[in-house]
Amino acid sequence: MEVAEDGMHNGPATTTGNRALMLEEPLLFEIGHAETTGVDLPEVDPEAPNRLGGFERAEPIGLVGLTEPETVRHYTRLSRQNYGIDLGFFPLGSCTMKHNPRLNEKVARLPGFADIHPLAPQATVQGALQVIHELGEWLCKLTGMPGVAMSPKAGAHGELCGILAIRAAHEARGDAREVVLVPESAHGTNPATAAFAGYRVEDIPATAEGRVDLAKIKERLGPDVAAVMITNPNTCGLFEKDFREIADAVHEAGGYVYCDGANFNAIVGRVRPGDLGVDAMHINLHKTFSTPHGGGGPGSGPVVFSEALAPYAPLPFVKKQGEDYYLVEEENREERGPSFGRMTAFHGQMGMFTRALTYMLSHGADGLKQVAEDAVLNANYILRSMEDILHAPFADSGPCMHEALFGDRDFGGDLSTLDLAKGLIDEGFHPMTVYFPLVVHGAMLVEPTETESKANMDQFIAAFRSLVERARAGDETLKHAPYYAPRRRLDETTAARKPKLSWTEDA
Amino acid sequence: MRYLPLTDTDRSEMLAKIGAKSIDDLFVDVPAVAQLDGPIHDLPMHASEMAVERHMKARAAKNLAAGDAPFFLGAGAYRHHVPATVDTVIQRGEFLTAYTPYQPEIAQGTLQMLFEFQTQVARLYGCAVANASLYDGSTACWEAVAMATRVTKRKRAVLSGSLHPHYAQVVKTMAQFTGDEIADAQPAITPEVDLDGLIARIDEDTACVVVQYPDILGRVCDLSKVAEAAHEKGALLVAVNTEPVALGALKSPGEMGADIVVGEGQSIGVGLQFGGPYLGLFAVRDPKHVRQMPGRLCGETVDAAGRRGFVLTLSTREQHIRREKATSNICTNSGLCALAFNVHMTLLGEKGLRELAAENHRLACLAADRLAKVPGVEVLNNSFFNEFTLMLGGKPAREIVRDLADRGVLGGVSLGRLYPGVEALEHALLVAVTEMTTEEDIETLASELETLVKETD
Repeated sequence: MEVAEDGMHNGPATTTGNRALMLEEPLLFEIGHAETTGVDLPEVDPEAPNRLGGFERAEPIGLVGLTEPETVRHYTRLSRQNYGIDLGFFPLGSCTMKHNPRLNEKVARLPGFADIHPLAPQATVQGALQVIHELGEWLCKLTGMPGVAMSPKAGAHGELCGILAIRAAHEARGDAREVVLVPESAHGTNPATAAFAGYRVEDIPATAEGRVDLAKIKERLGPDVAAVMITNPNTCGLFEKDFREIADAVHEAGGYVYCDGANFNAIVGRVRPGDLGVDAMHINLHKTFSTPHGGGGPGSGPVVFSEALAPYAPLPFVKKQGEDYYLVEEENREERGPSFGRMTAFHGQMGMFTRALTYMLSHGADGLKQVAEDAVLNANYILRSMEDILHAPFADSGPCMHEALFGDRDFGGDLSTLDLAKGLIDEGFHPMTVYFPLVVHGAMLVEPTETESKANMDQFIAAFRSLVERARAGDETLKHAPYYAPRRRLDETTAARKPKLSWTEDA
Repeated sequence: MRYLPLTDTDRSEMLAKIGAKSIDDLFVDVPAVAQLDGPIHDLPMHASEMAVERHMKARAAKNLAAGDAPFFLGAGAYRHHVPATVDTVIQRGEFLTAYTPYQPEIAQGTLQMLFEFQTQVARLYGCAVANASLYDGSTACWEAVAMATRVTKRKRAVLSGSLHPHYAQVVKTMAQFTGDEIADAQPAITPEVDLDGLIARIDEDTACVVVQYPDILGRVCDLSKVAEAAHEKGALLVAVNTEPVALGALKSPGEMGADIVVGEGQSIGVGLQFGGPYLGLFAVRDPKHVRQMPGRLCGETVDAAGRRGFVLTLSTREQHIRREKATSNICTNSGLCALAFNVHMTLLGEKGLRELAAENHRLACLAADRLAKVPGVEVLNNSFFNEFTLMLGGKPAREIVRDLADRGVLGGVSLGRLYPGVEALEHALLVAVTEMTTEEDIETLASELETLVKETD
């Protein structure tokens, strides 16, 4: 009798490759046909009038179709190869995978929000403009900042928005500066953003306790520094204690402070970044305010601004006059002020705005404060429940905020962080963020969020502890984990060396 | 607080485990100046599902949904029928609530979908490789310009006058900071796109020429002519498409020689959503340009047991590896919108997309002929797919649009709103027709225009 190749069931290999409820699914292009369709449309009439200017398509496009039942089955089978937060614990540090309330989905699909055109006459979309305005007000109040730009499409787009506003503000006062300081623990997007905005990037090292080095920043500040970009809470999971002092020094030197607000979920309702001297900060609505980011996106990255930067916010933006709302676009030039321009075709991620506002209203000011407190409590619980068996480099630096950071120092041999992560998959958990931040060797960043119960965390902690013990004991089987996932370890090197990025018949 | 599972007992036990007296002990690193005592005042307290739903429904009710009126708006966002299957698939939790596929062993569903999506987009565009999506068409357009300046090591981009003005503004906004030089022009208000004028602006310093197809006035033009002229000077041709359904009827930009093809994928599966989230499509004709592409790519490989599988690949171009030398700063893609596109395109298939395109064009021809009969109204275009420009007499088109809305008709986009200050376009109305438009809708628009245009003569 043949045995299934992973040896897990000691059962026979199946003809189909399927294993009962775990079904293999071919690519669409291997099961679909050019003549198959899952929608009923009128047949093409060759005699129909044609005003295409002589550019009609002669050759086949190369697409294939499936009927409706085949389509439903194809994607249902694919969905079963995926881990999502609905299935279980998804503790990706800095990515913030929390429960996505279904009310948000229901509201976003109301035709009054989902089925309206971005260029519809403004009198016909007053409710939508009101939602954008209301959400902006919530963000201003929660952050203690006076201005907001709603159009950025994601966190990194928000960073760009903030940095462009900083650049515009400097240029407006005839003070073209060249350098942006970025701590080495920053998100990878920070240096890329500053470079895309035309700045030279200089790294600022972290202190031994995992925070930005205040002395090094002060030393480097000068008339050429446009801004400092700091993530707070930072990617080591810590609160930047010296933030206010850094901000004061930067302002004194004529620069601005950009705060990467990706981790706002840990302080929302308890700390207002405006009180810390922030000039611009993006807020990932998907992370803090629970909008789903299926497959990575869509995100949404509104930016809040200080008094000094608010006038430079991008177009379009919503204004309120009496009970009416209207858009400031290129059209009403006199009202746009020194806005640096437009970052995207329309107003931003409306579908995410309705979801985020729904979530905010559900929680209210009291609930949002509880969100931050439970998120921080959960992260510290994880930290203190595993620091005895795992190297926790900044465990003595103070409480962690939204996430707990560990390194690979304490499990010897040739087993790695990656092996531990793959072992977690077999235990039924999505692994934590691995090898980030770069300041810690073999980093493991665990972010439970506030929507995880104590029982779930206890189970996770028990599984994690057992894996660490196996690693310490030199259990080589971990090197081949996962055993029970739809796929075993995938060959990423070959994928990058000989990229195959679309399907072809001959393969 | 229905989303928070911790009980007060849990909280006490956990604080004890941590060795903290109260939750405040965990916020000790926050300076006093930024600590808040109680909930932020001036914001409401938590509310029930029923109460929140009521609140949001009241706001939704203040909007006139496209489905509740004869509807003719386009200009980069189109109202197409989305089969019910699309929304049920994207609401499956394993798709909706999954993140970036960082652990490919348990993310094959998303990865295989992205591989299929990349294949669909590349074929639709007539290109070798498409990425796994960007934010939207306008940001994809800027990324194409940025990529062209990297590939050619030149800093000048020539924009067609009939590129969507919002796309042009995004490019210009970005370029004022990167130091790239942007040459743009006003659109020529003629029945054909002014290709000679565009070609005359290409020189030895030009990194790329950006042409929209069909253009903002709905006209279709010969991209191969521009491609040839651009290539002669060592420049790349960037083709922008805001209506992918059109490519079910028209030659693909890749086939006509475009080097980078970008556009908006919203028409397939995504819906109007007041402008976002949308779906940026990005593809290159020449596979050697792959490593200069922005954004995420999914590639095929094998697993340890030799089975086919998929992973995110070529991350050496990305910000987390290359930092300030990355090919873009973007961290994510429009994964869920890409899934909606993938599912809708699968339901359509080759046959369905061609039929959908034909139906759009048939109804647009019908509408153009009917509207041309309205006294004082003239159809500008010689060619179009599902969108065309009406030249109206009398009062400005933006006032006509407002008057039409008062009469319950969403009659189109006034080009004066898109091109403020361009006098020649003050009386131009851009009208889009899709398979969702009924012949009755067309008749309603025609008769309302008849009244309104007459009134103003």
